[in-house]
Amino acid sequence: MQRSRGLHTLYISPLKALAVDIARNLETPIAEMGLPIKVETRTGDTPVSRRQRQRRYPPDILLTTPEQLALLLSSDDAPFLFSQLKRIVLDELHALVTSKRGDLLSLGLARLWRLAPQLCAIGLSATVAEPESLARFLVPQRDGMNKTADIVVAGGAAAPVVEMLDTKERLPWAGHSARHALGEVYDLIKRNKTTLVFVNTRSQAEMLFQDLWRMNDDGLAIALHHGSLDVAQRRKVEEAMTRGNLRGVVCTSSLDLGVDWGDVDLVINIGAPKGASRLIQRIGRANHRIDEASRAVLVPANRFEVLECAVAIDAIAENAQDTPPLRTGALDVLAQHVLGCACGEPFLAEELYAEVLTAAPYSSLTRTDFDDVVDFVATGGYALKTYERFARIKQDKQGRWRVTNPRVRQSYRLNVGTIVEDTMLKVRLVRSRGGASGSTGALGRGGRMLGQIEEVFIEGLVVGDTFVFGGEVVRYEALAEDQVYVSRANDKDAKVPSYMGGKFPLSTYLAERVRKLLADKRAWSALPDQVRDWLTLQRDVSRVPGVRELLVETFPRGNKHYLVCYPFEGRLAHQTLGMLLTRRMERARARPLGFVANEYALAVWGLGDMSFMIRQGKLDLDALFDPDMLGDDLEAWLAESALMKRTFRTCAIISGLIARRFTGEEKTRRQVLFSTDLIYDVLRKHQPDHVLLRAARADAATGLLDLRRLGDMLARIQGRITHRELDHVSPLAVPVMLEIGRESVYGEAGDELLAEAADELVKEATG
Amino acid sequence: MTLVADLSGALFWEEQSVLVVSDLHLEKGSSFATRGVLLPPYDTVATLGLLAAVIARHDPRMVIALGDSFHDRTAHHRLSTTDRDAIAALQARRDWIWISGNHDPALPSDLGGVVATEVAIGPIAFRHEPTGAPGEIAGHLHPKARVSTRGRSMERRCFACDGERAVMPAFGAYTGGLNIRDAAFAKIFRAAGFMAHVLGDNRLHSIAASRCY
Repeated sequence: MQRSRGLHTLYISPLKALAVDIARNLETPIAEMGLPIKVETRTGDTPVSRRQRQRRYPPDILLTTPEQLALLLSSDDAPFLFSQLKRIVLDELHALVTSKRGDLLSLGLARLWRLAPQLCAIGLSATVAEPESLARFLVPQRDGMNKTADIVVAGGAAAPVVEMLDTKERLPWAGHSARHALGEVYDLIKRNKTTLVFVNTRSQAEMLFQDLWRMNDDGLAIALHHGSLDVAQRRKVEEAMTRGNLRGVVCTSSLDLGVDWGDVDLVINIGAPKGASRLIQRIGRANHRIDEASRAVLVPANRFEVLECAVAIDAIAENAQDTPPLRTGALDVLAQHVLGCACGEPFLAEELYAEVLTAAPYSSLTRTDFDDVVDFVATGGYALKTYERFARIKQDKQGRWRVTNPRVRQSYRLNVGTIVEDTMLKVRLVRSRGGASGSTGALGRGGRMLGQIEEVFIEGLVVGDTFVFGGEVVRYEALAEDQVYVSRANDKDAKVPSYMGGKFPLSTYLAERVRKLLADKRAWSALPDQVRDWLTLQRDVSRVPGVRELLVETFPRGNKHYLVCYPFEGRLAHQTLGMLLTRRMERARARPLGFVANEYALAVWGLGDMSFMIRQGKLDLDALFDPDMLGDDLEAWLAESALMKRTFRTCAIISGLIARRFTGEEKTRRQVLFSTDLIYDVLRKHQPDHVLLRAARADAATGLLDLRRLGDMLARIQGRITHRELDHVSPLAVPVMLEIGRESVYGEAGDELLAEAADELVKEATG
Repeated sequence: MTLVADLSGALFWEEQSVLVVSDLHLEKGSSFATRGVLLPPYDTVATLGLLAAVIARHDPRMVIALGDSFHDRTAHHRLSTTDRDAIAALQARRDWIWISGNHDPALPSDLGGVVATEVAIGPIAFRHEPTGAPGEIAGHLHPKARVSTRGRSMERRCFACDGERAVMPAFGAYTGGLNIRDAAFAKIFRAAGFMAHVLGDNRLHSIAASRCY
């Protein structure tokens, strides 16, 4: 068989679209200069025939994604393809390394370093907090020595011009819709050529888009773009945008990274920026030219967000970054990689272990963990050794591991990758049956496809509920298989679900800056009057928390008693804290009834008089907030936690325990023949130290439960808890108190109720 | 006649001292393992443990396993010696009837107890697949119901029953469920509504099926 030479350069990007874009940008100068260099892309969309040809006759430069790299490495052609490789370029590296995709990529790099010792890796990033740790990723780690790549800092980009909207309206106490500033946002769109309006969630995008259209007397071309919309609809918006036909696009993080978007001259960010680096990425969407400053306006939706916006603007001025630190490599990803290795040439455990250690995220992996992973890949890693005869990989006489049958290889190829999406359901528009009965059956099927929606969201709805989707108010009619049937609702207002919180919690870095801003009274002068008055009032009636202390307030309200604390560690960590605190308060007989968390604070309410109990020494705050809550209390709670079960399911899929695709067909959770929740329950009881449970717990530390951050906070505040016993709610507590009951309070009516509640609370707080 | 729906998902007929469990699906884990999906091999132990507990609570004269007791035709071969002994211990001092189901249509005779396609005791017929006939207690469909309370929604296993006939929840540790709003249930219960007796944490919740979704 005739074969050409292997690859010279690899380019890896987190987005397919980015790889295609870069390929175009390379082809033009190569053609103009008449260079004999072949450039090709390889993504999930590349036809099979071309992919096969690429393995026989590779181009000089291949632009691809981490998943495709893993696939190529697991093929028999890997030595031929990669042994001549000189360069690998990793674009938007900061976006890759903070996720399991980065783990997979690092293991691929380790493989490449062995196949091509001469290889030089280059990472590109515009926003990185710790260049040194990112530089470790790019060179093989050896013998515990901390090796880093050289760092080149490109300068010259004009600093962005970022300001906060100085609203003439009254700043809301809570909520995330920023409806108070709607008119001002519309004016900004009107005064600029093309504006991108970023919001944090899909439902916010829907709501804002509707509101803007309602006031669009000038008929401005304003469009909507988010990840759940049908692809065809998104493409239409993107094309109109590139042609310069749009005045404004309301969008979510689906546009954070990536391709140039024509002539955007203003970026508006609604709500909390969450992190300085994230904000810089978004602002970078405007004026994608290096010599011109990007312009952005931040629109805080409530008073706490004003603080967050203020410190984010300071951070940008200082060019401070807050991308999360490098991860510790996940064991489920390692399991996928080990199976991939066995699909290629058989491997010796010692050699593969040594190779894996050169990947920065895995440089401190223990041999025991590695062997457990290999055992898991082979027979499931169960203490009860009953699956020897079903092994997926086996050792030959030389001790080398290889796959036992071609089906294993095929399954690996179909399931490679670390992105496990929420199960999505197709939304179809049908005619309403009017009635409120929810039986599936008689409803007319078919209907126009509007887009996709998270199954979790639909599971929370009752037939007849209305919500906003694709810019329309629709009524939930029925659910059948993976289709959600909705009809057009006549209502102007939908029973939109309450704000579910963005995927990203407030960054640790911004949180610390907010605490500093609060503690520094001189800095308050730069804040809007309304916010300064609010903080001054808090100082007079209670206390403004110091940088490292935890302020705890207790007060009665109605026939209940409240405990509010202000850790500033993000909603996820606060929710976990709430779960654990209520367990402990239960034991202390404070009779807690519930809790609510936002990005800044946590409020717990109950029947016991907590002020009295603290005074009498029956409720010891130091003991209540002791870090030992992360021991038994956490274990007991994790047994039932739905979040933990979701985390486990993700690990089970990535590790290859269960497949998400069989022979090319994607399975929805409805069709899966067993439930990972039940498997979790059984495994937890019978082998609590199983490698997958360890992987799931490690994820919980940084993921949905944010345990690490909670642990850091508890350590920080030890011996620094300040308690204030109050007669009534404090000004600082008003925002979190307004979150109570939001679950059942929706839409416009909800806003009115909220406003009423706010007035009442504020009167009390200032009374 | 007193039929008690047990929180474990079993049914206890007090007067007759008969305990009924449906759809144990023993060895479901190893059944998937034969096809390369290495589910934890602890489901049989877990299911038998639950069964032992409910038998200890009621000390029945007779146990009826209402079909699909084994996940596939060869599942009983894969039972460990320990699990085999555990089954034998449960069968001691009482009658035991294995009703055959679609997953285990041809059960061997060495499992202890009696194998039958269906059994009638007084006015009640016990069979695996529901036909909709009055006086029938069946399994097969694995009913579960979604209920919402105070803004939260949760899905649990349930008994489906209209006073004339009942479909029992699946008992096995790895058995999922079929929502009672599925057309399969409408066929059995026809026009008249039926109740879902949902297995809660500490008690049974009886809710009209039309109010579940």
